[in-house]
This record gives sequence, structure tokens and C-alpha cells, in this order.
Amino acid sequence: MRHVTRLRIGPIGFRIGSDWRGPIAALDDLYRDYPKPDVPDFNVHLFAARPWRRVFRPSVHIGGDFVIPDAAPLPLSMGLLAAEMGMNLQMALGQRRYLLLHASAVERDGKALLMTGVSGAGKSTLAALLMARGWRLMGDEFALVDPASGLIHGFPRLISLKNEALPVVEAALPDARFGEIMEGTPKGTLRHLVPNARAIAAMAEPAVPALILFPSFGFAAEEREVMPSEAFIRLTQASTNYVTLAERGFDALTRLVQGVPARAIDYPNTDTAIAQVERLWRELA
Amino acid sequence: MVRDARLLTDALRDPSSTAALDANGWTALLAMARAEQLIGTLAHRLDGLPMPEAARRILADARASAGQGRVAALWEAEMARRALAPLDMPVVLLKGTAFVAAGLSAGAGRQIGDLDILVPRERIGEAEAALLAAGWEWVKPDPYDDAYYRRSMHELPPLIHRERDRMIDVHHTILPLTARVTPDAAGLIADACPLAKGLAIPSPEGLVIHAAAHLIADGDLAGGLRNLWDIDCLVREYSEQDSDFCLSVYEEAHRHGLLPAVERAFRLTKKLYGTPVKSYENPVRVILQPRASDALYLRRLLARDGWGRQTRRITRFAFYLRGHWLRMPPLMLARHLWIKWRKGDRPVS
Repeated sequence: MRHVTRLRIGPIGFRIGSDWRGPIAALDDLYRDYPKPDVPDFNVHLFAARPWRRVFRPSVHIGGDFVIPDAAPLPLSMGLLAAEMGMNLQMALGQRRYLLLHASAVERDGKALLMTGVSGAGKSTLAALLMARGWRLMGDEFALVDPASGLIHGFPRLISLKNEALPVVEAALPDARFGEIMEGTPKGTLRHLVPNARAIAAMAEPAVPALILFPSFGFAAEEREVMPSEAFIRLTQASTNYVTLAERGFDALTRLVQGVPARAIDYPNTDTAIAQVERLWRELA
Repeated sequence: MVRDARLLTDALRDPSSTAALDANGWTALLAMARAEQLIGTLAHRLDGLPMPEAARRILADARASAGQGRVAALWEAEMARRALAPLDMPVVLLKGTAFVAAGLSAGAGRQIGDLDILVPRERIGEAEAALLAAGWEWVKPDPYDDAYYRRSMHELPPLIHRERDRMIDVHHTILPLTARVTPDAAGLIADACPLAKGLAIPSPEGLVIHAAAHLIADGDLAGGLRNLWDIDCLVREYSEQDSDFCLSVYEEAHRHGLLPAVERAFRLTKKLYGTPVKSYENPVRVILQPRASDALYLRRLLARDGWGRQTRRITRFAFYLRGHWLRMPPLMLARHLWIKWRKGDRPVS
């Protein structure tokens, strides 16, 4: 491929190749403090379906070691988003070492807080705000459960902030590095936030899972205990490789829900949510 | 600079050749092995050799994954066995599932997708009804595709199990009905080697001939490196028990009209993997001298770059046409390709 970069996020190495310079330049800028793997775990290809589409109405197709057929291409202005989607896709379809949970994770005192929920529940936003308050960000998209140890490994890629979360996080982290604002993406207005230096420096350090939260945004403040049985079912739905890992996945998830308390929290605004999280952490973790 | 998938075939043929690879070489090797669905096989071949730590972890994952795939494939075979047991008909496992069910070296690390079985043609309707009753469903909703399979192909339209999400291909012979060669399917079933509990696998010769037929006499050679690796493993393993195993394969292949396909497959696998295939003057004359056209096949088989992407579009398109040419007579071919094109199929991208 014409333009290439490599980067490691948590324990996972990527090589990204592109027919255009733009997406690689954006990655090299925003991921400049990340280590570079010698032999990557996964490859991502950003390519033009036909040679002339490099130049004429360029559209970025996402490929790699693992692909979904008929994935819609993105305009070149969203090349960085295409690269991020390509990396996520490799993880979702190809990860076999760790049980992959679609969850954000932050760490304090060697212990991890996991937050999972549907798109729009506030996983990324809460993780970014907790990072602003001194927690170590482990990741806003995937948390990796090691079936051998039960520990959580982080995946602190760029934090993907959407729509109304953008001004909230920009206000909380005025000195942070952000990517370009992308309007009209499949998920609305989107902007990437670079994790802080501490999150990057400690990204290879796993943590002991201590609390699982299922946040829901847009409701009056409320809390509810989630029993291990319900947590188990919800986390199987939040995992892309639970079925593929078979017995190892079952054992890892059973161990997680039996050993770690879980709560569902509803919240009307982020200040309320942060207060709920800090209090539950003091009581339970 | 990596030119083609020779890097991968060399690593499989001679694992110690990987000692010379740098980080970029390993990156390319792993990408190609994934693309050719040979990464589990490669992981087994390279087990215990020195390599970069990252490569070791990737291959350890691939080995674990293949181990899980083996369990799932055997379970799927057992599910089909239970569904078909009341019919008391011979059920012959084919391809990857047959290799792992019989513990053959070709099954070590092999990626297994669908379950392929062979049943007697006159009883395929019963098999279909029993599978539908046991939870399998149609995959192809398109009436043209469905009719095409039933009229022209060597198998039922693919079925998928609604709970386990696994596909089964129910064959009644090993080449399309419209192909110019007509193998003796009843003979393959009659000569099959029984396993436990009513399942069977083809005879050793049958396994090799099916692999060669699938690769050379049908289709466009996609996934051919894995197919040839299967043949390499089968020939090595069975030749240890019978030094004239190749001769038995030639005699049996001749009976099925598949001797040319077997000869071609043997020449290619010898070239790529150094398979100990033998030439004979008597009682059949099979001289495995390389032919000029083999170079074209190798060009197609090795068409991968260091990112695991397919290369050599024109060569691949030529083999796509050849595959269809073998599959059906010219007029039927023209009609078929026209209909597929109108439905939006584009053979080579």
C-alpha cells in the first residue's frame, strides 16, 4: 500500500495501509505518542475500489485481515474515522486472545471500572470525564478480559465523542488534544480526543475488575442492583467474540460476573452520573 | 519486497526457512496465512521454533482457535449424524471434518468452515427432509440460485442451522452434474472407511481424489494453497503405510475420469510443498514432468501481496472463466454468467 503506519493500542498492534496520505497523516499526528509494534496483530487496508476513485470522488473502502462484505465506504474527509472503524472491525471479528466487551474502562488503585450499554448510553463521555478527574483511562470502546488471569486489559484508542457530548468534554478538558470535527458521519457529528499521557504510558498495565456499571442517559437519577445472571446475559450481548471463544469465553465471563458487583444507573446529566459513579465506587469497589 | 505467496508455501514446506525473516517478513507471512485460511496450519508447523514474541502470540491464538474449530466441526458432524440416523443411510464426511474426525495430519490446525457430507443421490431428498425437520434452513432465497443448485450442482443448496448458525453442504457427488467428467459417486460411498456410530470418511484414495477434483476440475482455484496442503499431508501420511499409495490413487482416479486432475494437483503440490509423489510406467503410465501450463496455475495460486490482498486480476479472471467453462456447456455458461451479472455479481475485484 502507498502509505503505511503502525501503532499499538494496549496489547494489540496494528498496521494500517492507505491509498491516500490523509488518513495516515491524521493517525501519525493523533497517535504520535503511541508505541509502534514490530509485528502487528492486525492489518487494516483503506483503499479505493477502482484506481480512478483515488482522485475522482475519492471514497475510502475499509478492508483488512477480517472484513464484512458490503461495508459502506466513507468519504476521504472521514479517512480517520475509516481507519478507526477498520481497527475496531479487526478487534470485533478477529480477536481470539481476550474476551472482548463493548465497554469503556477506567482504573484507579489498580482496580478497573467497566461501563457498558447501548450506543448513546454515555460510555465514552463518562470515561473521558472520569479521565479528566484523575482516573486512568483504559479505553472508551473495548475492554479486554484475559481468560487466563481474569484481569482487564485496556484498549485506549482515540476517544470517539459524538454530538451533545462534544461541548461537555471540551469544557472539562480544555487543554486536551482533539482531532478534526467531522460532520455528517453515520453517527452524527464526531470528534476524536487523544487520551492523556498517563493513559498512554500505562496502557500495557492490566487491572483487577472491581465494578460493572450499566449507565443509561436521559432519565431521572436511579440505581438498581444487577444480579450476576442478568449481568452475564447483558455482557454476552456486549461481546463480539463470546460465541467464538466458546468454553474459554464462558469461563471468563462467569468468573467476572460472580466476582464483581454490578449496578444499573440512570442519569439526567453528566454531573449527576459522575457523582453516582464516585459514590458507588467508594461503597463497592 | 514480498512478491507473492511463495513466502507462505516456503514456510509450510520448510519451517526453518522462517529463521531468515525480519519483522516485515513475519508481518507479510501472517497476513498471507490468514488470507489463505492457513494460519492454524502454519501455527502447527512452526510450533516450538524461534520467532518474534508478537508472532508467537498470534500463532498461539491461531492454534487455540483451530482447536476450538475442531471441536465445533466434530459437534456439527454429530448433530448431522443424529438428524440422519433414523434414515439408516451411509453418511460420508468430506474435507476438513473428515480429516479431523479421522485424526489425519491434514486436520492439524486446519480451518473448517462448513460441514460437507456425501450421501447416495437417490436418497438425497430424504436427507434434505430430515435436516429441515432438525432445524436447518435455506440460505439462498433466490429462486434462480435454488433451481441452479438442484438442476446442475453436485450438492443441495446450502443449508444453515437456525440455532447454531453453521452451514451444511449435502453432496451427492463430487463434481457438478453439468461438468464433462462424471465421477463414480456410488463407488466413493461403497469404498468409504467407517468411523464410529454410522459416519464414514472416503477411502484414502478417495480423499486425495476429491481434494484434486475440487481444486483442478471445479472452481477458480481460490483457496488452492490450502487444498494442495491437504493433498501434501494425505500423500505423505498414507505413503508411509503403503509405498505405492500414489499408484492406488492413479488407478482409482482413472476410474473416476479424474486422472488428469490428480496429475496436475500432484505436479503443483510437488512444486510448492515438495510432496513425495511418484511417477509410474506400469501398470499405468503417469510421468509427473512439469508442464509449461503449470506456471500459469502457480501464478494464480500464489497471487497474494504482503498485505494478504489478492493480486493478478487478469490471471484470476482467466481462472474464473476456466472454472465455469469446466462446469457447464458453452450456451448454458453464457446464460448463467449473464443472469449472475444482471444480479450484480462481479467475479473478480
